[in-house]
Amino acid sequence: MSVNASGWKPEMNAANESAAPATFTGNKALMLEEGLIFEIGAYDRTGVDLPEPPRVASRLGGLERNRPIGLPGLAEPEVVRHYTRLSRQNYGIDLGFFPLGSCTMKHNPRLNEKMARLPGFADIHPLQPVETVQGALGLIDLVGEWLIRLTGMTAVAMSPKAGAHGELCGLLAIRAALTARGDARKVILVPESAHGTNPATAAFCGYAVENIPATTEGRVDLDALKRRLGPDVAGVMITNPNTCGLFERDMIAISEAVHAAGGLVYCDGANFNAIVGRVRPGDLGIDAMHINLHKTFSTPHGGGGPGSGPVVLSEALAPYAPLPFIEKDGDRFRLVEEETAGEHHAGSFGRMVAFHGQMGMFVRAAAYMLSHGADGLRQVAEDAVLNANYILRSLEGVLEAPFAHSGPCMHEALFSDDNLAEGFTTLDIAKGLIDEGFHPMTMYFPLVVHGAMLIEPTETESKAALDQFIGALKSVAERAQAGDAALKAAPMLAPRRRLDETAAARKPVLVYRDPAPLTQAAE
Amino acid sequence: MTLYFTREHEWISVEGDSATVGITDYAQAQLGDIVFVEVPPAGTAVDKGKETAVVESVKAASDVYSPASGTVTEANEALEADPSLVNTAPETDGWFFKLTLSDPSQLDGLLDEAGYKDFVAGL
Repeated sequence: MSVNASGWKPEMNAANESAAPATFTGNKALMLEEGLIFEIGAYDRTGVDLPEPPRVASRLGGLERNRPIGLPGLAEPEVVRHYTRLSRQNYGIDLGFFPLGSCTMKHNPRLNEKMARLPGFADIHPLQPVETVQGALGLIDLVGEWLIRLTGMTAVAMSPKAGAHGELCGLLAIRAALTARGDARKVILVPESAHGTNPATAAFCGYAVENIPATTEGRVDLDALKRRLGPDVAGVMITNPNTCGLFERDMIAISEAVHAAGGLVYCDGANFNAIVGRVRPGDLGIDAMHINLHKTFSTPHGGGGPGSGPVVLSEALAPYAPLPFIEKDGDRFRLVEEETAGEHHAGSFGRMVAFHGQMGMFVRAAAYMLSHGADGLRQVAEDAVLNANYILRSLEGVLEAPFAHSGPCMHEALFSDDNLAEGFTTLDIAKGLIDEGFHPMTMYFPLVVHGAMLIEPTETESKAALDQFIGALKSVAERAQAGDAALKAAPMLAPRRRLDETAAARKPVLVYRDPAPLTQAAE
Repeated sequence: MTLYFTREHEWISVEGDSATVGITDYAQAQLGDIVFVEVPPAGTAVDKGKETAVVESVKAASDVYSPASGTVTEANEALEADPSLVNTAPETDGWFFKLTLSDPSQLDGLLDEAGYKDFVAGL
């Protein structure tokens, strides 16, 4: 018998079919079923009428395509309906509360979008002469200035494209600094409460990764860290606030110990939302930290847009920052690239991306910064922490909250599956929440807690929205504690029932296979 | 043949200086459905306490540490096609790799079956 920790089996779906009648179409009133585009399209249909291509001499030496490519064709209204129908089965921040811990799924203000669409920002090209894009360069410089001031650091690299890319930038700078002093250290220490991308980044940079345990409070074990420090340790990567939703109170002591041992301190700033305007990481002895503009500064993400992960650097690492750089020269801005880097940034470790970074995200972040102001950003952190503590204290009597005794949480509240009925797990809670109309919380992460449920409400949810979520989660948790068998079959009401994740992982189907190939149109 | 256990939930079955390593029934139950196992190929030198194999379930990817140092003589190739063997038979057919021990005295600090049972009961 296959052991399945969730206790769920595919046949449980059938055993709990709802009483609603089956329809001829498969549609459920206004929730419309939709096939794959390969199923509804046809090879001999098209939505556009293109002229015959001119006859040209081929230089492909017989490698020309001699069959239709096999893409499905649809009329324009069919395409519009296809994607509109699919979008109705999706869940996004514009539909409802998105409590995914560690992801900061906050509202994306519409003002940001309006600014990002201004033609002076939206319609420019990265290879345009810099004299014609002074405003855009000025905006990148402005966002960089704000990031430097908010973090109390020396320099900023704007080009990294997302959080983990920022981690890579920070570690490359650390490696460049160590190499410059002829110190080939090989180990990066990563605490248990750090983001999962941290050890991956360190390994990608060629470092051996070693784990530092957490205390029973959910924070870095400072003594264990100190014991491990030595001449082979290049640095530590610490997430602060950490993935238990807690502020690392010993951060200054950690930085001092690492520096004393000759290492450098990387901070994963993905959770900066909880401390922006309240704490300057530079004051904590941090040498490099990425900032997820797509989290703290409200630019869309999670399918809604690309990330952006600028990295702020301490005085020790600033000389090694990647190119390109924007420099202010009087009232003009110029780009420091390879040709001119020798004069200004001879120590730069190189270039991470082709151009300057995510321009659209810089504009959105600038709009967010300027519309909130310094006092508004401070309130962002305060309200995010207040909301998370409201969730923690409202639910700590319902679900097991392993670190509730450690004091107030920061931006997210962490629960475990320790007090559910035998055979019920975090997965059942997540699926039950889908029936209640919520995107589930982050689950099974961080690993320091059994069956972790990590909930990050962000500052943009109202008390009414939080109360509704708390009520729903309480109801689902009580069903799991009472051993309600129907919960094992959840979601009952979603467009798709519970999916067989094990089969999907063990026998993945990665390409579309036409069950009954359509006859391809003859050329 | 003697069976030892680690506090990281590996088992090692020893006969002379050759040994077989896998993860315990408790470990597989905690991980849930295993979907992927990566084991070191024959000839790999492994160190006691170091990451040696990777086991991935629907919930998480975890490192497996070698309970003792030595050289891998055989990897369980059946796990590649059917990782669910780790769920169904963790302590028999679902073994990970066999090795020749370089220092059998390293086994001294490991738990016996009763000791491991007590350890798990305390978790």
